[in-house]
Amino acid sequence: MTPRGPRRFGRQRKERFFQWLFLVPAVIYMALFFGYPVVKNVVMSFQDYTTATFFTGEAPWVGFANYVTVLSSSLFSTSLLNTALFTIGSILGQFVIGLALAIFFQRKFPLNGILRSLLLLPWLLPLIVSSAVWRWILDKDSGALNRFLGDIGIIDTGVPWLTSTSLALVAVVGVNIWIGIPFNLTILYGGLQEIPDELYEAGSLDGATGWKSFRHITWPMLRPVVSVVLVLGVVYTLKVLDIILGLTNGGPANSTQTIATQSYDLSFHEFKFGEGAALGNVLVIISLVFAVLYLRASRRAVDE
Amino acid sequence: MTTALHAPIRRKAASTPGRRNWGYTALALFFLAIMLFPVYWMVNASLQPNGTTLETSWIPLKPDFTGYATAISEQAGNLGTSLVISLGSVALSLAIAAPAAYALAYFKVRGAGIVLFAILISQMIPGIVVANALYTAYNDLGLLNSIPGLILADSAHGIPFAILIIRAFMNGMPSSVIEAARVDGAGHLRAFWSIVLPLSRNSLITAGLFTFLFAWSDFLFALTLTTTEAVRPVTLGIFQYIGAYVNDWSSVMATAVLASIPAIVLLVAAQKYIAAGTTGGAVK
Repeated sequence: MTPRGPRRFGRQRKERFFQWLFLVPAVIYMALFFGYPVVKNVVMSFQDYTTATFFTGEAPWVGFANYVTVLSSSLFSTSLLNTALFTIGSILGQFVIGLALAIFFQRKFPLNGILRSLLLLPWLLPLIVSSAVWRWILDKDSGALNRFLGDIGIIDTGVPWLTSTSLALVAVVGVNIWIGIPFNLTILYGGLQEIPDELYEAGSLDGATGWKSFRHITWPMLRPVVSVVLVLGVVYTLKVLDIILGLTNGGPANSTQTIATQSYDLSFHEFKFGEGAALGNVLVIISLVFAVLYLRASRRAVDE
Repeated sequence: MTTALHAPIRRKAASTPGRRNWGYTALALFFLAIMLFPVYWMVNASLQPNGTTLETSWIPLKPDFTGYATAISEQAGNLGTSLVISLGSVALSLAIAAPAAYALAYFKVRGAGIVLFAILISQMIPGIVVANALYTAYNDLGLLNSIPGLILADSAHGIPFAILIIRAFMNGMPSSVIEAARVDGAGHLRAFWSIVLPLSRNSLITAGLFTFLFAWSDFLFALTLTTTEAVRPVTLGIFQYIGAYVNDWSSVMATAVLASIPAIVLLVAAQKYIAAGTTGGAVK
């Protein structure tokens, strides 16, 4: 694909230089808005930031003190557990419902395409809009959900979905599942479409129908797509901040506090940017583990 | 679930010509109704009489537009701010992403693999980490509470995505077209501007629409990189509404409806491009 055979070395150099110019703006942007923050965050995590730092510019080095403080705080174990529950619950729900819908939409029926694309809407809405709407639906006294459950006689008094320490995380996970279903549906639907019909025809001759054909044909063929969806899902869910801040702000009593929201809290409410950075780095490390998984999964997907 | 699992077999039967499965359509409509109920409820609640937390009626039989009046009088400026930031982010993102995608698709420049790898890795970096570091830098540079500051930061949502989408499209473009232009003596810039860009129109539109949505939906950077009321995107306006005890849901929901318009318009009017973006997003 190199442009026509260069006659002289100097011309080739010049050619390369011009080719690089196309990439330079993107490289600079990525360096400033992704590279710099990651490096800066590592540096900050070893410094003591206070509100005064922004006037004096002084942030003394404190070694690992920030890490010790955040990792040993009792809130960290709560946040870590909530992050794990939030991530696993969201991914599981999104994936199972998304897959079921993707399989359903494999059938041919009128309006299939239009209905499937309308299902994308929850995913395209600003997250803070979804949070606001769900806040109102889940409202204890006059929310639509409690009224519906009351009308059909399941409950007598309003369930405090977002204000009870035992239910808030469940509610937040539920909302996040709703947001993630379209993404899972779309990607898994695409993956299912790639599976050749002949496989099912051959399978049915061998008696592989229904669950058997799913188990022995659909699932193995879908595996590469599944791993990409799951790992991307995990990486995106770990970062989630908007939904939790909008629905519960981490409360009540930290029952929906995750590592991401706690990091936000430390930096932007308590102005302990060093501690916020340390916690942010913990999140990066967790994400990186999944990044490695993702890259391996996508490489396998490309190979196949 | 169990019926859904029989789909692969059913599909064969369903594909026999002449058979119309309106039953499945009804079932699909039922799923859609459940999934879109919150959207319906948002619209319904926005049309209820103002200032009441009493029972919202299930259907807006007597639509009341006071919620919208309040929303527009309080949030029109914020909606404008969001619009300016989003358009700015689209322009910046495309200007940076299109040449990069071209370079990644056509030139075997050294380091292209590293750039691509960096883009993939960037997706794993939590926004809060970026915001944490940007806050201190913006504070020093005087970019807090500024529209350019938010345009630059919000493009972090769009640029990696735009590069991947446009590059995926350009990969499928015959290289002979560009080579022919180059043989005719067109410089790199001219070949890019007058051949590559017009041919990539669809992918540019897809990338532009998503970049717009990303910036429009941004909440994290709006929340962390503004400290005053000077620059306030509508997402932050909604957050402020729901941050306190809400006694006027109709204007909150009216604002939410107004903030949803770009997503709804794009889904209806630009469905082809949205579909291209969602599948393209998977391969990133």
